[in-house]
Amino acid sequence: MKLNKATRFALFSILELASKPEKHLSATEIAKKYDISSHHLVKVLHSLVRARLVGSVRGAGGGYRFIGNTKRITLLDIAEIFEDIRQPPVEHEAADDTNIGQALSQIMHEIDEITIATLNSISIETFLKTMHYYQEDLPQSTS
Amino acid sequence: MKNIKLPNTAESKLFKAEESTLIRDAVHDDLTEIIKLDAQNTGIEKDDYWQAAFDRFGNGEPGFFLVAETEYHFCGYILGEVRAWEFGSPPCGWIFALGVGNEAREMGVGSKLFDCICLHFKNVGIEKVRTMLALSDHLNMSFFRSQGMRGGPFIQLEKNVSD
Repeated sequence: MKLNKATRFALFSILELASKPEKHLSATEIAKKYDISSHHLVKVLHSLVRARLVGSVRGAGGGYRFIGNTKRITLLDIAEIFEDIRQPPVEHEAADDTNIGQALSQIMHEIDEITIATLNSISIETFLKTMHYYQEDLPQSTS
Repeated sequence: MKNIKLPNTAESKLFKAEESTLIRDAVHDDLTEIIKLDAQNTGIEKDDYWQAAFDRFGNGEPGFFLVAETEYHFCGYILGEVRAWEFGSPPCGWIFALGVGNEAREMGVGSKLFDCICLHFKNVGIEKVRTMLALSDHLNMSFFRSQGMRGGPFIQLEKNVSD
């Protein structure tokens, strides 16, 4: 499973903004930190503003700020603004109606169910609170 | 000592609840409240199951059956045991029941129960704690995630025995 680019940009933005609730951050600052296109990021941030997860203030000292509920908003809530994760687009492919094709679809469905439940169980607060456990498992840099 | 006045916010409510929540071993008299709370949460009253669970784990061996109380009122329970060598899994703590009353939710009671059972596991030399949940059990999935639990190297599988 791979999240689309807009979802990833939205997650980076939301998590970055929610980790610094006292600050307003500009799209350029976020784009620079995550080495992503600021042009594309601005569009994503506009969607987040429309979804009332992010507030924006114009002018000097302005920028974006997370205004959602960190305990309630989950990774799935954010992903669903940009892609239909619960029901991925159904492209009927050759052999889907065969016994093997149907069994294969069921297996992929099992995986999708785990993905959805996992994304839905991790709130912004939980992500920020527990992300260090994942970093501990990363191979140590030798440089 | 400086008298710190807490603001009347959810945070101070949480602070007060955590301060006054006591975690102790379950006793037989707790079973009525445990059965009632479990029935509220799951929709099924299982008197025999809980009686058997208490008979097996109620004395601290080979598992841990703990309850939470706030100001002498029962408000939650947790149940777990040590399991070893299931398909190569070294001894680990298994949590297989957790319940917190509606009125005590979001006050840190579940976290305190979880921390306490983890401490018991740690005291008997256990390094890892595991659980199994329904994918649809959003409440418990979110809770265990918030405690730092995540996907592990084992997976639950099933089939109908009549197939």
